[in-house]
Amino acid sequence: MSYRALFNWQSPRFYLPTMLAGPSFQVIFFAYLGRYSHVRNDAFFVVGNAVQVSAMSGVFGVAITVGGERWTQTLAPLLATPANRMALFLGRALPHILNGFVVSAFGFAMGRLLLDFRPQLASLPTLALVVLFSTTSCTAFGLLVGALGLRWRDVFTIANPAYFLMLLFCGVNIPLSALPKWMQVVGSGMPLTHGITAARKVADGASLASVRGLVGKELLIGACYAAVAYVLLRVFEAEGRRRGTLELV
Amino acid sequence: MGVARLIAVTWWFQLKQMTKAGLFVFTSIIEPLIFATLAYYLFKAGHRPGTLLYAALSAGLMGIWTSTLFGAGGAINFQRWQGVLEPLIASPPPYILVLFPQTLAAASIGLYSLASTLIWGRLVFGIPLHFVHPAAFVVSVAVTIVALGVLGLVMGSSFILYREANALANMLEFPVWIVTGVIVPVSLLPGWVHPLSWILAPTWGYRAIHAAALGGDPWPGIGMAAALAAIYFAVGQLFLIIFERRARERATLSLV
Repeated sequence: MSYRALFNWQSPRFYLPTMLAGPSFQVIFFAYLGRYSHVRNDAFFVVGNAVQVSAMSGVFGVAITVGGERWTQTLAPLLATPANRMALFLGRALPHILNGFVVSAFGFAMGRLLLDFRPQLASLPTLALVVLFSTTSCTAFGLLVGALGLRWRDVFTIANPAYFLMLLFCGVNIPLSALPKWMQVVGSGMPLTHGITAARKVADGASLASVRGLVGKELLIGACYAAVAYVLLRVFEAEGRRRGTLELV
Repeated sequence: MGVARLIAVTWWFQLKQMTKAGLFVFTSIIEPLIFATLAYYLFKAGHRPGTLLYAALSAGLMGIWTSTLFGAGGAINFQRWQGVLEPLIASPPPYILVLFPQTLAAASIGLYSLASTLIWGRLVFGIPLHFVHPAAFVVSVAVTIVALGVLGLVMGSSFILYREANALANMLEFPVWIVTGVIVPVSLLPGWVHPLSWILAPTWGYRAIHAAALGGDPWPGIGMAAALAAIYFAVGQLFLIIFERRARERATLSLV
């Protein structure tokens, strides 16, 4: 019950417009923008955006899960428990990985129905796996954002730029080769970049084995973000206790 | 005179409040800059260099809608959370004279978007800021802001009944950008979308602004945006009367 209480945003009246409709419109918007700008085809934008919208759950969802504890004034009691911090926050991130996958899958479905996106049926299981790995990596990044929310009182000040900067740096809508070198370097260290590249190859018919390098990089980047998030969570927890700021909203 | 003063004071107060809120600083400045940069590199990749001013301008106009959406759409909920919705509705002035200047302020915040994307385009990407009809540009921006403010009034009044108004606001950002042709021309969209775009004032406001900046006749668009704004005001007034009464009957005004 307490687990369900953490996810009150899953009420259909909130979930449907925020997690399904909104991201689908993002996919459609950028596909049409791509048509107008004569850059690539619909599949490029559908895959890029359908993977990226998992950040609605992976970044915003996790950020709210961690930052929301402050709003509900349960952060201090939670951190007063002797519960293992890794298990505590990774456990809270797990439903967001699954939810992010659902959001992505819906985005792909809308792309299939409304746009010129026709992946091979045989590629769908591999595509689903790549999306799941990408969502996991993105959720780890979301944990980092949530950790920063323990330090800064408004987690959305960080979550919002993080989400939208992904659209710019991660090859979601602009081919990485078209970006300046420094943006390519930044993008290569962000979640989703390698996963999106892998997903595009898989949607074109590539096998999982042929994209294992990209998937491996994606998971490695996710692991790094998870590690940094854990360290920051412990550091900010200690700082919050020392300064008495855990309950400030 | 009292009405004018109430509107002016409410507008100014709301404008100052939103200017200091991190969320609105992000949606009115940072997010449009991200989209302006994205549009620039996308158009450049597609070899459309003649439209770089169009990209910067359109990103700014996208920001105007975002500011209006989150400011106006959230106006009711913000008042609920602050516990002032009931006193405001119970106070003597008609509530529309309180809500409209707030939604107008939300649309006015969009001027930050327009200014920031144009300056960003000029300083970072060297986009020349040459407007074909500068006076008409100013008029079209002003009329679009007012039209968006009135559209925000319609949205805000509709959201009185909905506790999850923010969720609806989250959903409406991209669809309105699509349907109003802010960056992708309406002519590229399926035919069934066109009538929907015609009844939205931003469609005409954006056309007028593009025409004033890049060449064309902005005055038909200015006229249509103004006419639709007048219709929206009447609709917003009607919605406010109906939904306010229902919220009072259901005692849901203060529920968060």
